[in-house]
This record gives sequence, structure tokens and C-alpha cells, in this order.
Amino acid sequence: MKSLLPSIRRYAGPLTMLAPVILYFLIFHYTPMAGLLLAFKDYTIREGFFGSQWTGLDNLRHLFFSGDFVHVLRNTITISLLRLVFGFFAPLLLALLLNEVRAVGYRNAIQSIAALPNYISWVILAGIFLMLLSDQGPVNDLLAAGGFRRIGFLTEGNWFIATLISTGIWQGVGYGAIIYLAALAGISPDLYEAAEIDGANRFHKIVHINFPALVPTIVTLFILNLGSVLNAGFDQIYNMYNPSVFDVSDIIDTFVLRRIQTMEFSLGTAAGLFKSVVGMILIVAVNAAARRISKGEQGVY
Amino acid sequence: MKRLNLFDVANIVFLLVLAVTMLYPFVYIVNISLSTPAEAMRGGLHLWPGGVSLAAYKAVFSDSILVRAFANSVVRTVLGTVLTVLCCAVAAYPLSRRETPFRRSITLFILFTMVFSGGLVPTYLLVRGLGLLDTMAALILPVLLSAFNIVIIKNFFQSIPESYVEAARIDGAGEWRILFQVFIPLSGPVLATVGLWTAVMHWNSWFDAMLYISSDNKQVLQTILQRIVIDSSTAFLESGMSAEKAASVTTQTIKAATTVVTVLPILLCYPFLQRFFTKGIMLGGVKE
Repeated sequence: MKSLLPSIRRYAGPLTMLAPVILYFLIFHYTPMAGLLLAFKDYTIREGFFGSQWTGLDNLRHLFFSGDFVHVLRNTITISLLRLVFGFFAPLLLALLLNEVRAVGYRNAIQSIAALPNYISWVILAGIFLMLLSDQGPVNDLLAAGGFRRIGFLTEGNWFIATLISTGIWQGVGYGAIIYLAALAGISPDLYEAAEIDGANRFHKIVHINFPALVPTIVTLFILNLGSVLNAGFDQIYNMYNPSVFDVSDIIDTFVLRRIQTMEFSLGTAAGLFKSVVGMILIVAVNAAARRISKGEQGVY
Repeated sequence: MKRLNLFDVANIVFLLVLAVTMLYPFVYIVNISLSTPAEAMRGGLHLWPGGVSLAAYKAVFSDSILVRAFANSVVRTVLGTVLTVLCCAVAAYPLSRRETPFRRSITLFILFTMVFSGGLVPTYLLVRGLGLLDTMAALILPVLLSAFNIVIIKNFFQSIPESYVEAARIDGAGEWRILFQVFIPLSGPVLATVGLWTAVMHWNSWFDAMLYISSDNKQVLQTILQRIVIDSSTAFLESGMSAEKAASVTTQTIKAATTVVTVLPILLCYPFLQRFFTKGIMLGGVKE
């Protein structure tokens, strides 16, 4: 018994710090997880969580067989994959080009300017783009002055998707380049010297030294991106879309939000449950793959 | 100094064009906000403000809802950031100490929230059930502690030499004192990084405010901006204006001025943000 007292004293400090933390995570993270059970109930505010009826798989069945969820899911995946195909390599390319600039001041200035939009909310960015890309906005004025037709960037389905993808790249490219630039900065100068002695020019060096040095980062980021395929970019879409493009741009998150607005909580939870479960499977699978491909060196956690 | 070849010139010009594309939307919005109504109505690129007028800014700053929303955003950001940094440090400290019992299980318990979440509807119902709807707590509490921030701080704490802790213990310091007088003062860069992340997140957040806040006088700036810019409802702004004043602004110039006011704090802090965010990417890294 004598030896217990000092150990209690020793543990008391860490445990008094951790108790509220554990409580916080139980309330704000684990309670909503338990709340996912609503997907199997017919929830109403009046009856509450415990009072409402169990309905088994009715909500999930409704989701996949009679609602517009399948359509919404297809939109989500389409937009995500298009972002991946057109946007994934943009930061890599920018990093390689920035790395070739020898004037350090110029390089840093461009890098800082390019990363700026990353820090600004989509409410603001969407507001600006709605003005720039509107029918009477400067972009269309420019097109009209050049003899082209005015384009419905925000109102024609395919053009709207193109607008989402390109403004998305515009926002993220500079920030995305930073991680590649860090990897490039870590390359030993010896490699370049050896290559020069062997008669390599700039392009040889980019292809045979810079690019291989970035491959682990590229693989990891690519796989991570695949893991978030059910996130099509809610902040951007919600602030940029309008009824004329709902058909192509309604995604899981906007679908769930509408279920809250119409008080169809159980249906919304069912959609959210699908997203959370698929998201978790993807993250775990993708992380295992990243570890394997890079032989245990990479992985997020 | 090596000579510039054709590739260098093309590269430099390309990057310059890129930088211009990055900046142009901001230049455009500033110029519109400063334009007279006649100028703002005119088409074209608006590379320069036409006939400088501060009427739109006067309208923005004389509107009680907007001024209130600005103050709410400032309070939310400052309070949310201070609380998050403090609480995450308190959570990270015991997790960084080898002698903490159940350290590994508790870390896993926290990390699990990074891969799985209850999602929007249960979280909304929780906030509602806790009676937090239409309070500032609804904007701060659900994002108070995050596994990611805790892990970043914990990793930094683990790099602090054990000898500091031993010396403090010999001097009779308890755990709380070691945290506040040894660890926190030694962790400036990582706490600043987490703090700036949190501050930018709070300043830019609009979705939670849109969902949880219903009273106009509790609303944050981003959500009011969204109402004005995206939903084009400037009616509540113009309703209180004299006819003479209303003629000096347009929906466009008011939208633009509100946008500039919302984005300005971020622009002013940008030099710090850029430095610490870059550091943060390395801290968070891809590896633990």
C-alpha cells in the first residue's frame, strides 16, 4: 500500500488533464457516431432518439432504390475524378517550374502569390467568380470583344463543371506546390554535379533527378486523393451553383444538407452513414496501399 | 551567373502570367468596390478603379448588421483560437509523456476520429440537443479539439529533452506547472502554427454559422457576405438609406466592398500565414 501513494500522485496529473479530453471526444465525436443509428430509425424531433421507431434498412433501401441519391452519388464521383485527372498534376508542374527559376526573390514572390487563394473562403472566392464569369462579366466581355459567343460558365452544365474544376485548381495549385518544393529542396547538390559531369542538360536533370525524387510524394498524395473521392468540394459547389446546374452539381453533401432543411433527418443520416463508412474503408485501404508501395516509409499515420 | 536561355525566359513569363491570373480577381473586386455606380455598371476588365468613391464602404460600415457581424467574427476567431490552442496543448502533454497510463489506447481513441465521423445530421442534432443552437458556443465547441492538432503538438512535445522535465520535477513542479512553464514556452512555433490554422479556419467558416445561428445579431461576417453576394440580397442594406445615399452605390459596389472588408484581415496577416503554414505542412508532413 505504501508504494501506491506516489504512483497515484504521479498518475493524477496526466489523468486530470486527460479526463476532460476523453469526455470531450465522447460527447462531440463519439455521440454523433452513435447517432448514426438514426439511419435505421424513423426519427422525429418530437419522439427523440430513443422514442422513435426502428425501421431496419428502410432508409437505406429508399436511398438506393427510390430517391435521387444514386444520381447525386454519380455526380459526386464524376466531379471528384475530373478534379483528380485535371488537377492532380498541376501543383507538381508548378513546383518543377518554380524550381527552375534561379532568382530566389522572384521565385518566392510567385510562390507566395500563387498560394494566396488557399487561405480565402469559398464564400468570398465564389462571390468574386460569380461576378467575373457572369453573362455580363469581364471574362465574357473579353470573349465578346474577340468575336466569340458569350459562355454560360455558371449556367450551362458542362461549362459549369469545367468552371468548378478550373477555379478549384486556381485555388489550390500554389499551396499544393509547397510540399513538392520541400521535397525538391532536399535533393543533394552532389547528384546535380555528378549529372553535369556526365553531360546532362536541364531536361535530363528534371527527368532523371527531380522527378524520381518526387515519386514517393506523388504516390502518397495521389492515393490520399483517391481516399476522399466522396468529397467533391461542398464549400465551392454550394456557393457557386444555382438551379440551372443542380442536375450536374448536386452532390452527397448538398443532398444531406437539404434533408436537414426538410427535417428528413433519418434519410440524411443514412446518406451520411454511407459516406462515413465508404470514407473510412477508402482511407484505411489507401493508407495500407501507400505503405506497401513505398515499403513502409509513407502513410499518413 | 549562367546565361538565361529560351526555356528560362519562357518559364519566367509563364509564371508571371500565372501570378497575374492569381491576383486579377482580387484587383477586380477592389476596383469595383471603389467605383462610382456609373463606372461599376460599365463592362470591361476594370484594371483601374473608375472615379474613386468610398460610398460603398460608408454604406457597409453604417449598416448595423454588418458591423455586428464583423465584431462577431473577430470574437469567434480570437476566442476559438485561444481556447483551441490551450486545450489541445493540455490534451497533447499527457499523451506525449511515456509514464501516462493507457497512453496508447487513449491516443488510438482520439485518432479514430480522424478516419470515422458521425457526419452532418447527428452532429447537428447533438448541437441542437445540447441547447447550443443560436449561441456562439455552437461555433466553437464542436471544433475545439481535433485529433490532428493534438498529434502535431504531441509530436513536438516529444522532441523536448527529458532533462527539462527531470529538472522541473526536482524543483518540485507538478504536471500543470511543467506544461505551462516548461513545455508551452518551448513550443512557440508549433503553437503558432496550430493557432494560425485555427484562426484562418474560424474566420473563413460559414457553414456552421449558416446551420446553427438564426438571429441576425449573432451572425458572422462570412454568412452575411454570403447572403449579400451569393443570394444577392442587399435589400436589407438599402432599406435604411436615404435616396441620395442609395444613388451613390449599386448592388455591385456594395457586394464588392463587403467582400473586400471580409478578405482584408486575411490579406493583412498573409506574410505570417504563409511562413507558418509552410512550416505546418512540414510538421504535419506525410510521416509521423
